[in-house]
Order: sequence, then structure tokens, then C-alpha cells
Amino acid sequence: MKIIVCVSLVPDSTTKVKIADNGKSIDENGVSFILNPYDEFAVEEALQLKEKNGGEVIAVSFGGDKAKDAIKKAFQMGADKGVLIRTSDSEFDSFTTAKNLSEYIKSESPDLVLLGKQSIDFDSMLLPSMISEMTGLASTSVVVKLDINGNAATAEREIEGGKEILQFNLPALVGVQKGINDPRYPNLKSIMAAKSKPIEEINATYNGNRVSVVEMNMPPTKASGKLFTNGKEDVSELVKLLREEAKVI
Amino acid sequence: MSKKILAFAELKDGKFKNSAFEVVSTASRLSKDLACEMVVLTIGEATQTEADTLSVYGATKLISVSLNELNSKSQVPGIKYSPSAFAKVISAVSAKESADTIIFSATSLGKELAGRVAVMTDSAVFNDCTELNVADGKITAVRPVYAGKSIIGVSAETDKIVITIRPNVFKPEITDTGTVELQILNTNDLAISPSDFSSVVVEVVVSSEKLDVAEADRIVSGGRGLKGPEHFHLVEDLANAIGAATGASRAVVDAGWRPHSEQVGQTGKTVSPTLYIACGISGAIQHLAGMSSSKCIVAINKDKDAPIFQVANYGIVGDVFEILPALTDEMKKIVSQ
Repeated sequence: MKIIVCVSLVPDSTTKVKIADNGKSIDENGVSFILNPYDEFAVEEALQLKEKNGGEVIAVSFGGDKAKDAIKKAFQMGADKGVLIRTSDSEFDSFTTAKNLSEYIKSESPDLVLLGKQSIDFDSMLLPSMISEMTGLASTSVVVKLDINGNAATAEREIEGGKEILQFNLPALVGVQKGINDPRYPNLKSIMAAKSKPIEEINATYNGNRVSVVEMNMPPTKASGKLFTNGKEDVSELVKLLREEAKVI
Repeated sequence: MSKKILAFAELKDGKFKNSAFEVVSTASRLSKDLACEMVVLTIGEATQTEADTLSVYGATKLISVSLNELNSKSQVPGIKYSPSAFAKVISAVSAKESADTIIFSATSLGKELAGRVAVMTDSAVFNDCTELNVADGKITAVRPVYAGKSIIGVSAETDKIVITIRPNVFKPEITDTGTVELQILNTNDLAISPSDFSSVVVEVVVSSEKLDVAEADRIVSGGRGLKGPEHFHLVEDLANAIGAATGASRAVVDAGWRPHSEQVGQTGKTVSPTLYIACGISGAIQHLAGMSSSKCIVAINKDKDAPIFQVANYGIVGDVFEILPALTDEMKKIVSQ
């Protein structure tokens, strides 16, 4: 089974955002970057499928030098091969990313493509559906359970207040959600093995952003609220304010 | 120059979802600002009575594609939803109507379809928007990034755009049009074939009758301060008293006290209800990112320095085990009045 996992590097979720001087992106000084948590679930799912069915796991990332760190983390977890689709552009939107990943995926004809349902930087949730449309792969996303039996797949996808059960055939693309598995911690052996794995580089073939970021701002700050310090005794006053002042009850 | 807006309205059990009213109302406002036409599309079995419910939000025409008829084009019986087939229908209708702007709600369905439809129709995507503006005949958008830690303003490099709007943010405005023309579209006109159903939903499992945090207008969330899963009935009691959904912090989800579907925050759901009550949640930056755009935030925590108080409109310093039952009682009294 040939599995491609799309991985990306994102600021750690504890990052306090500061806006860069260009006014359009975050100031990356002092920010620590991690493999996108949802992609970590995708790598784990790929490894488990490989352990069960045999085959290979290829981690691919689109970006510059920094994107290599996402591939390296996938190597540490156990990915067999790594590919960087190199771009020198610092600004690229979901469409450009999806287009470049799709070109690579089409050239490799994998049985399965896995990726996180979203990356925790721009939270777009667009790559799974865009890539599947561009590659013609059957797809679903926000998946919390995936069963593959030969060519047939069943997936459980989280929706508002419940789940959808989907059926489709491989080759396919699946965007994964937290809960699908517990990603492994790399052990010393796999960390050492990862060091000798080469990252293959290919050049980006497409650049045509459809969305431009005009500006980035901090969210509006709230006026400081009312703080009650008498515990239970303040409850009736609080409820009164919720009704009469905030008008939310 | 925008020529026509297509608003996609979701049906659930034959009735329009609340998010559908938000989409129609927003499309109606944009069509006024752009001085262009607006038409609503739905996939399902829409009735004239249901179509007319859209009139107060500014709709004049609803195009409906029957799901039963659509399903007859597939080889699997009883399909509830197919992302590929739905996207094909929406793109085909958009082309027929010469629409250049398509609006969805940023629901599970809308977020999934937006990317596909954008690729099919050569559009840019503004997703999960919290603000839409019109200037010089063009739509620009504002959306949160980094789970709400910052916001970006975006513009399109293409003439066509697909937009998804965050639920609960764009409150429906009333502009009564009186009646809505219902046009049932024959699926034979849309060139749908079995190969368009590449993945299909064969079953929908409702996990509980409870409201989902992503859609709720009121949320009561619990964190580590509840000390154990056995105490979450205190959160549920308050939620029931005010008709709210229950939410949870990442810490208690990771500890297995609550299901992941309830998690609010950066690796959970981003919510913006009218009322958010945080109980025993200290307010880690990831949690704040997911809920700080709520309209009114109430925090209950025994630590007066807890970061949650910095985003709260009202805070009570104290023990959740004392305050929650008292608050539930007080709420019951006022709600029953």
C-alpha cells in the first residue's frame, strides 16, 4: 500500500501571536514550530496501515527550508520517504498549496493520501477538499475512524451533533481529526534512523494565489469585565445583570 | 463587478437550519451593497411553505434540487450526502445562473463543499469569515487565524469567490419580501453521473439529542476545576436550565472525562455563542482562542488571577461546587418568569 501523507509545520499552539512589521503576518521571532497536530494523526494512521498491510509511507511538504522539519518529524515517527516541494515564495494560499501537492500526488499514483483536517495556523480546512477535486480522488474529512478492507473503505466523519458513515473506494484522500488514534512518540532508535533518511527535493510547479492577505490585526480587545469576589452570594446579582445589562438570558 | 450571488441554504429534516437564514440574510445584504441579484439554492425536498420562511431574510427565489432524484443517479441506495455530487450540483447551478459569488455557512458541510466548488468554478475562497465588506464593487473579508489569536483581511485575485461565514456571527436581518418563488430543478439538466458519487454518506448517527457546541447560542463549559467526570452533572444541570450546549476544556477531554466533540479551543471547536459560561476553566491560551469571540463571557474560577477573567464580561471568584448549583437555581427562577 502506497500512502502519501501531506505534512506542514506550524507555530506551537502555546504561541502568543505578535504581528510582524509588514503588518500581514506573524512575527516568527521566538516562535517554536511543530508538526501540525492534525498531520501527526495522519502520519500515525499511515504507519498503522502500513504495519497492517505493508507498503510505504511518503511524507510530503510544500514550502521552504523550514518545511523540512515537518518531514523530519514524520521520519522520526517512522515515515519511509520524504519529499519537499520547494517554493521560494513566502506567501502562498490554500489553492497554490493544494495545486502543488496535487501535481505531486498525481505523479505518484498512491493508494491513499492522508492529511490533517486543517493546519492550526490558518485553520482553512480547504486542502482535503481542494486536493481531492484537483486529483479526482474520492475523499472525506474530519474523520475519526477509518477502516480499509482491500479496495473498500469506510470512514466515520464528525459533524454537528453526530457522525456520518461514508463509503468509498481506494485510491482516496482522507482528512483526519483528533481522536482517530494516539500518535506514537519517536523512540531513540527511530530518531537515530531518521537522521540518515534523505529528503528528496522537487521544485514547485504552480504559483497563482487566489487570495491575498491585505492586513493582519490583533482581535478587538474587550473592556475589562465585572469581577465578583463574594462567591455564591453574588450569584443573584450576576443573573440580574445577565438579564438586564447584557440581555442574554 | 459582481453579477449574481448564489446562497446555499442547508436543510435538516425538511426544514432550513438557522445557519441557512444567516446565509440568506448575508447574501441579501451583499446583493444590495453590490446592486446585483441573489438566488438561493438548496439540495433536499423543499416545500413552498419552507421556501416562504426565507422571505423575511430577503430571498425572492429558491432553486431546489431533490435529493431523492439526485440519489437515483447513483448506484448506492439511500445516500444522505455525497461531497463530490453536491459540489457538482452547486457548481452546475452556479454556471446556469451565471453566479460569481457563492455563499455557504461554515458548517461541516459548507466547509467541505467550499474547497471543491471553488476548484470547479475557478474561484477564490474566503472561508470562515466573521466580517464581509463591499468597496468599489468588490467583496473583501475578515477572518480569524491562529484559532482567533489574530485576524486577517483578505481580498480575491479572481473575479469569482466562494465564501463561508462562521455560524452565529452574522445575525439574520429582517427584510420581508413577502413570498419566494420556488423552482424545482430537474437533475437531468445537471449532467450528474454515477461517477460523481465518489464518496457517499450511507448513514448519519446522531450521537445525542444534545445541542452541539459549534451551533449553540449558549454554551456552558467545564474544566479541571470540576475535579472529575462524575461532577459534570453540575455543568449539565446549568446547561439544561438555560437551553445551552455543554463544552469542555482540552485538559478534561485529554483526561477522558468528556468526548472530543465537546472540546472548545485550538484543537477543538471555535465557537462564538451569545453566552459562554466557563466553569473551573483557567483559560489556557488555546482555550481562549476558541471562545473569546463569544458575545458575553461569564467565568467562574477559584483563582482570581486565572487568565479566563481577562476575557470575561462577568466573573465570579469562588468554588464551582458552591456557585454552580446556586447559579442553576437562580437561572431556573428567571427563565420560568
